[in-house]
Amino acid sequence: MKWILLSIVVTATALSDLLQSHEMKRAGEQSVGARGLARLLKTIAVRRYLILSIVCLAISFFAFMALVQAEPLSFAVPASAASFILETVLAKLVLKEHVGMRRGAGALLVLGGVILLAR
Amino acid sequence: MTANPGVRFRTYSLLSLFVFLRPLGNLSLAWGTKHFPQVLSLNPAVYLRAMVDPFVALGIGMLILALLTRMALLSLADLSFVLPVTAIGYVMATLFGQIFLHEAVSIQQWMGSVLIFAGTGLVGTTAQNTTPGPGESE
Repeated sequence: MKWILLSIVVTATALSDLLQSHEMKRAGEQSVGARGLARLLKTIAVRRYLILSIVCLAISFFAFMALVQAEPLSFAVPASAASFILETVLAKLVLKEHVGMRRGAGALLVLGGVILLAR
Repeated sequence: MTANPGVRFRTYSLLSLFVFLRPLGNLSLAWGTKHFPQVLSLNPAVYLRAMVDPFVALGIGMLILALLTRMALLSLADLSFVLPVTAIGYVMATLFGQIFLHEAVSIQQWMGSVLIFAGTGLVGTTAQNTTPGPGESE
């Protein structure tokens, strides 16, 4: 059951992040001060891909909630970071971000760290 | 594409807020769900009952604010920048798990934390936004 929950967390998180990154860049700079939050919430309300990204995130969140109840936090959190490499590759291919040597090497170091952290 | 100092400052302010909010939210959520008497299943009623627990509610509140902070962050920086840089939160989650939930942390896990620090530092030296768009226009 824990692997099914983990798969749901990873897939839903990746989809949510891609949609969010794409839409937030198009929306322009946002902040989280009192006025910034109001503007951000308005932005979310009028962009359907952002709403879809939140639906994906909710699916990921409920699967994660069930996972943290059954497994230690020190397993659940790093294991759900499996979405990390998938998302970096998709950011390059789909979002056309520049993933150069330093960013790629840094991402691999972080991945190695997350694998060690997950035991 | 190098961001101006103002944009960079705002990016790192949002990053700092996010890396504290998420592990604290996760910690509160884990604490609440671990002390919740029923097993969380696919039944939504059980989830709704769990949300009334103060620790679960506090955790959800912090995670919602963390989500909005991260969305604001994604308006300024690439996803492939934000992902590794915010991974420092995993180190904090491990630390909090050890301190507050008394979970065992091995030498291997501390080595993992060092690698994450190094990776985060390396990615932090790259341009935060490599795609043309409104978030980069200042």
